[in-house]
Amino acid sequence: MADKSAGRSVIKGMGLPLMGNDIDTDRIIPARFMKCVTFDGLGAYAFFDERYDVNGDQKDHIMNDERYAEGSILLVNKNFGCGSSREHAPQALYHWGIRGFVGESFAEIFAGNCNSLGLPAVRVSREAIGKLMEICMANPSPVLTIDLKEGYVSAEGTAFPASLPEGYRRALIEGTWDVTQTLLEGSGEVDRKYRELPYLRGFT
Amino acid sequence: MGTNLFNKIWDLHRIRTLPDGMDQIFIGLHLLHEVTSPQAFRMLEQKELAVKYPERTFATVDHIIPTDSRSRPLEDPLAEEMLRVLEDNTRRHGIPFFGLDSEDQGIIHIIGPELGLTQPGMTISCGDSHTSTHGAFGAIAFGIGTSQVRDILATQTLALNRSRVRKIEVKGKLLKGVTAKDLALKLIQQLGVKGGVGYAYEYCGEAVSNLSMEERMTLCNMTIEGGARVGYVNPDETTFAYLKGKRFAPSGRAFERAEVFWKSIASDPDAAYDDHFVIQAGEIEPMVTWGINPGQAIGIDQRIPFPEDLSDDEAEVAEKAFRHMGFREGDPVRGRRIDVAFIGSCTNGRISDLREAARVARGMKKADHVRALVVPGSMAVDRQAKEEGLDLIFKEAGFEYRQAGCSMCLAMNPDKLEGNQISASSSNRNFIGRQGSPEGRTLLMSPAMVAAAAITGYVTDSRELWGEADGR
Ligand code: SF4
Repeated sequence: MADKSAGRSVIKGMGLPLMGNDIDTDRIIPARFMKCVTFDGLGAYAFFDERYDVNGDQKDHIMNDERYAEGSILLVNKNFGCGSSREHAPQALYHWGIRGFVGESFAEIFAGNCNSLGLPAVRVSREAIGKLMEICMANPSPVLTIDLKEGYVSAEGTAFPASLPEGYRRALIEGTWDVTQTLLEGSGEVDRKYRELPYLRGFT
Repeated sequence: MGTNLFNKIWDLHRIRTLPDGMDQIFIGLHLLHEVTSPQAFRMLEQKELAVKYPERTFATVDHIIPTDSRSRPLEDPLAEEMLRVLEDNTRRHGIPFFGLDSEDQGIIHIIGPELGLTQPGMTISCGDSHTSTHGAFGAIAFGIGTSQVRDILATQTLALNRSRVRKIEVKGKLLKGVTAKDLALKLIQQLGVKGGVGYAYEYCGEAVSNLSMEERMTLCNMTIEGGARVGYVNPDETTFAYLKGKRFAPSGRAFERAEVFWKSIASDPDAAYDDHFVIQAGEIEPMVTWGINPGQAIGIDQRIPFPEDLSDDEAEVAEKAFRHMGFREGDPVRGRRIDVAFIGSCTNGRISDLREAARVARGMKKADHVRALVVPGSMAVDRQAKEEGLDLIFKEAGFEYRQAGCSMCLAMNPDKLEGNQISASSSNRNFIGRQGSPEGRTLLMSPAMVAAAAITGYVTDSRELWGEADGR
């Protein structure tokens, strides 16, 4: 993802309220759009079947609403991103323009995928998400702020406590979410492990 | 206090704690398919990195392949390109590949165990959420995203947070005609589709010990549908017997030594857990889903719940489900007319699943209005089914007997629902659009229940047909 070098302590953007619990990755990116060998074109297909009917006409959906065209922080309810492990899901939303998620809870693999891409997926209380959604429904203009250092999400002067797993939080703040390099540094120990594990040694 | 299997395997594979607090974990077995890997290889190339241990990654093609013809090029140019890219990537990096022309090809979660690649005590990952299947052997097996596929290719390790462990004890015996699929659906209904987030599930108790390896795979496969990334069963004599003679399993003296290791990594009798859930096997009926997630399931004789009886969260999803499915609260699911019957997938596409379905279909005819498909999970399942004459039983009953692949489980190949067809399906997800039509509707159930629905044309208790078919 872009801007890998710098950490991300504060993310600002227009909120995009997307209501509903248990929104699965098949809804975020239907499988038929995964016939691709790069992630680049996926933005157009984010929530495709919720945004377009079978004739290709737009349905009533927040991501079709002109007033929210600049939205970049997706507000969601519980267990967002459940189902398949497809990284295509956060990738599609990223390519559509999403730069962060605020929700009551996230499915585990989805949260991990967001972390791999440097996208914060922070948890807030049920009341907080209700209020934040209300604010953004009433008026698309307010800028939301996700502050990872201080641990809050704010809108229109009100701040709500927000959290995410500590490892993810530190990775985002320090700009180290792309862990390949860090993992490579353990290479010597990995080689030793390879020689030691009973099932790789042929149980000798 | 003793240690559970999850923590034993975790500690055995831990390389070190990373600066951000996550653990670097060695991945003993990496599995790969065409959908989630091409971007990972590309990232690897951008970083100018090689595959560290190509001999610990095994690849196949399963999601996109047609189940009627294997001739190349594939008719769908996008599918052909994905297959080509996988062939190139595996060839270039020296990764073993069970391709379209291999007699070992099949759904990745079916061929891993068949080949003996999946073994107790391993860490196993694949860019696929149903990797939880392999936990049936007493391994830590879980799905990952594409960036993590890249990390394994480059380093054979992942950065992970340790899960908590919930012991799920299934007491007593399952009733006759009640399967591992019914147990899985019941557990998700009870614990919820997000009940397992942050947990690994250890399945145990009399009913679990009594399950065959294939049934354990069905149970562990569905773990992710309850929000838990990992589900496992402690290895025991059933596990060892299954592994004996498998191509990649140890043999001779090595097998004996392996058994000692496998026993040693099972949970200690006094192991500590973060949570404990108990369920009585005898109270479980054949299950059918009525909604748009696998937790929206009821027993064959129950009625679709009223939103008032559900929590607020569940009620919200139930309303959405009613709109999509065209069902109403209080309706029975038994007797619901179906259009398509699908038997297959990594949940229920193994030989024992085909046998169960064939037992129901033998000597019967499918209903005229139903399209019924049987898709073996692998070439090996296909060979075995043919040897036993199951393909003929299905054909005589008017079912289409097809070639191995994921098929209508997620419809990335030509097998799709049309319009708002209702499918009785032995797969794992009833998400909106999952079977290829945005308006399509899916009722999840066991393979025997799917076969019974194909024959009567309506959702039916398979136990009633068994008697007729087998004279029992
Ligand atoms: S059968 Fe279905 S769930 Fe299993 S790997 Fe294939 S698409 Fe995924």
